[in-house]
This record gives sequence, C-alpha cells and structure tokens, in this order.
Amino acid sequence: MTIRTEPMTVNVGPQHPSTHGVFRVRITFDGEDIVEVEPVLGYLHRGSEKLAEERNYVQVVTLTDRLDYTSSMINNQAYCLAVEQLLGIEPPPRGKYLRTLAAELQRIASHLIAVGFFVQELGAFGTPLMYTFRSRERILDLFEMLCGARVTVSYMRPGGVFADTPADFWPALEQFLEDFEGELEEIENLLLSNEILMVRTRGVSPLPADVAINCSVSGPVLRASGVNWDWRKMAPYDAYDQVEFDIPVGQNGDNYDRFWVRMQEVRQSLRIVRQCVAQIEPGPVRQELPLVLRAAPGAEAYGRVEASKGELGFFLVSDGGVSPYRCKIRSPSLINLTITEHLLLGWKLADMIVSLGSVDINMGEVDR
Amino acid sequence: MVKGLAVTLSNLMRKPFTTSYPEQRIRQHPRFRGEEFTWYEERCTGCASCAKYCPLGIIKIVTSPSETAPLQGDKYRLETFDIELQRCMFCGLCVEACPYDALFMGSGFEEGQYKRTDLVITIDRLRQAEKNPSTWFRPQLEGMDYRPGEGRPLGWREVGRENWRWHQHEKAGMRLAAGRDDSEGEA
Repeated sequence: MTIRTEPMTVNVGPQHPSTHGVFRVRITFDGEDIVEVEPVLGYLHRGSEKLAEERNYVQVVTLTDRLDYTSSMINNQAYCLAVEQLLGIEPPPRGKYLRTLAAELQRIASHLIAVGFFVQELGAFGTPLMYTFRSRERILDLFEMLCGARVTVSYMRPGGVFADTPADFWPALEQFLEDFEGELEEIENLLLSNEILMVRTRGVSPLPADVAINCSVSGPVLRASGVNWDWRKMAPYDAYDQVEFDIPVGQNGDNYDRFWVRMQEVRQSLRIVRQCVAQIEPGPVRQELPLVLRAAPGAEAYGRVEASKGELGFFLVSDGGVSPYRCKIRSPSLINLTITEHLLLGWKLADMIVSLGSVDINMGEVDR
Repeated sequence: MVKGLAVTLSNLMRKPFTTSYPEQRIRQHPRFRGEEFTWYEERCTGCASCAKYCPLGIIKIVTSPSETAPLQGDKYRLETFDIELQRCMFCGLCVEACPYDALFMGSGFEEGQYKRTDLVITIDRLRQAEKNPSTWFRPQLEGMDYRPGEGRPLGWREVGRENWRWHQHEKAGMRLAAGRDDSEGEA
C-alpha cells in the first residue's frame, strides 16, 4: 500500500521564541526532512545607513551600538577605525589598549550568549543559559563602570575612547578575571563533553571549507570549517599586534565545531584581556579633536574588525561635509545567513533551529 | 546517582546570583547614564551646544535677550529647555558637548508615564528637580567619591570642571549670584 504524501510549507517566525530576533524562514518539509528553505529578512530594518548620512561623525557612534546589540563595543570599534582612516588620525596607546580590552570583554559576552542560546535550542532550557548569563552580567557591570551603559555603550569615539577608566574599574576587572576562570571551567565541564550535546551536534549540518569561502562567510563559522582566518591576526588593528593569542580552528565545520570554536575563543579573549591589563600604561585616552569632524572631499575609508560574528566593516565616503556622504555597513550576520540553505537542506526539523543558532546571527545587524 | 546528588547538593548550598528587583536593588555605578537630566541654570548660557549635538534633535532651547544685565555680558535668558525623553536614547552626547558643565546625566531608570506628553522634561521640572548628577563625562565628580542619590544633592558651584570664575564673562548672572552668596557667607 502506498501513502499519498505532499510537502508542507511552514513559516518559522518572524516572532517565534526560538528564532533569533524577528527572523522568518519559510521551510518546506517532506515529513521531517527539509526540502526547501527561504529566509525572509527585513523585519528589523531601521535604515541605519541612511540615518548615518545625516548625522555627524561622532553622532553615528550611537547608531552603531544598535546594529549588533550583543557586541556594541566591537561595532563602535569598527566604525571608529573607519573614521580614523578617513581623517588620518591615530588614538594614543592607552586608548588603543582600552579599546582592545573592551572589545575582547564584549567578545566573551557575545560568545556566552551564543553558546547559551545554542544549548537552549538543543532543549536544555534555562540552566546552561543562566550559567552563561551569570558571567555575562559581570561583564555588563564592568561596561557600566566604563561608560555608564550596559548594552548601548557608545564608549569609543574617533580618536580613542570617551574618557579614562574610573578608579574602581581595575580592581573589579581583576576580581572578574579571577572568578570567571572558575565559572568558565564550570560551563566547559557542563557542556564541552556533554554526551547528549555531542550526539545532537556532531556531524550535523557540516559546512565544507570551500563552500564557506565561496559564500564569503567569516568569523567562528568560517574557522569552524577549518579555515585559519582572523582579521585580528591578518591585519592587526588597535593593540592586537601587541598581544599574543591563538586562533582556534575546527575540522568538520559541523554544529559542534562552531560551538567548540566559540568556547575556545572565550579562552583566547581572556588571554588577551590579561595581557592588556598587564601592558596598559597611564596616558591620554583620546586624541584632542574638534567636536564636529570634517574629512577631505572624496575621501574614502574602509574600517574592518573581527567582530564576534565575523568581519564587520564600515565603508565611509566623505563629501567634505560634517557627516558621511555614504556609510555602507558590511555586517557579518547578513553574509553568514547566506549559508542557510547549505546548512539546512536535507536535515531534520529538530536540527534546524540548532543549526541556525550555531551560526549565531543577530537580526539587529542583518536588517540594519 | 550519589555523584549526581552530590552535584545537586553542592549547588543547593550556593547563594543565588539573581536579585528580586523591586525590593532589592543593585547598586549602580555613579557613571550610569540615566534619565532625570540634571541641569544647572546658573551655569547654562543657552548656547544650545547640547541641542546641536543631540543625534536625535530632541532638545529644544529658546532664549531671549536678557534684560537684567546685558552690559555685563549676561546675554540670554532661557525661555524653554525641553528634553523629549520618550525619544532619548541616553547616549550622553549632549553632556559631552556642554562646555560649561551645566548639563549632567541623571541616575534614574524608572520613568513610566501614562501620557507621552508627560515624558517631555520642561524647564520648570529641570529647575525643581533634585540635583543628583551622574559622573558620566565629568571626571571632576569622580574625584570627589560622590555617588548620585546616596548623599546630598550637589549645588552648581560644586560640580564645575574648573574654578567657576573661568567663564564669568560668559555668564554675568553667575558673578552676581556668587557675589551675593559670598557676602551672605561673611555675614
């Protein structure tokens, strides 16, 4: 006897507890198997690029906070690097170190979110997420000390950071580094060798290196596929040429490798933070600049950083005015989403959300 | 199973790392950027740097020529100083732009109103508000070991970056008020 079946189309999102933000993906299933995938974007579009064109160079920093709201510091850094290239200025050494320090703390916080939600999507509701958020809260407290805000930081300015650290920041940072060692070990013991997690993620949704490169994927997703590529090493910015760190590289590019690479990067970021604390010296943190900056007409600059999700770039064009003539944002989450089909086609419904979670997209950045 | 129970027990003895919010409060850092902007009329010259520097343009300032002491240089009187809090994103750029240390961020975060018009901070509200300035972008306050909301409110002469006399010529009203206060102090 044959059963007559037909594929069924399901909308996942745009508002669904397990999609990351307002992301909608239209999936056609044949039973449990995914046969067609169509991501639908644009629900969180705010026109950041256009808004940047009518604000002056410093005011745009506040817009960059809201792109990838889980790694605002790194967004600030990318934009400030672009403006500094445009104007031909360079921040003082302490400013560079503070930026590196803040960016690495933000990378830890962002990866903790990624890992926490990744495990939550595997079905471990609550507990691992609380473990990672506990440490993330401490980092946000440090950011509050640095700049008065926890998420929308607006900490960096073209030419450095807005002000020096308060006196109680350094003891608090030392305390955090001391405590976080144990907390991270706890999270690693809980997750890295967890049998259920490995069964669910090993070999699922592998991304070959050539596909990853062809799709122009960057960040932990690319490195999990075995490509050793990190802008912090390839083109060091700020104080990254002064610190030592390794780039963890995965092998298979499956969900477990993407998760594993993030866990290892947290360790490396911790190393960088420690070195920054040891190397930083007193001095000015911000180059004296006029409040309203102007670049030469026709000047162009592309500032890129290795953000927590991949290569984040700001392309600025100046027409001599007080605001950028064009501000193009190369956001890693959007480009990383282009591999959705490669990841999902042929896999099961239950693995779909996990695979999406392993890419670690952030809709604030995808739709801008 | 015993091993599993041991893990459970060891975690049972731990202190929770959450706080139940309305009853318990986390101590904010003095740099916290919050609402209830603190504004010192005595220091403000009405230059509207903050209004120009606001990325959203939500600060509205109207000045009129002052009748009191135009010759001494007290040129403008503040008519309107509206901050539309409902659109404010607390980036603090207005505070950064203020050259006279007249505007400060506040430390509150619980501004809920039933009407959107109630969210506009007017000049009267700014005048009457208790002055608990945040130390954001004001390094002189950080040196004082001051915590907003946990001590007395600060007066306008305590919050300046430099000696208040450095911009006397910009704001003659300050000089007049200061002179009067000094004489009172002596008496």
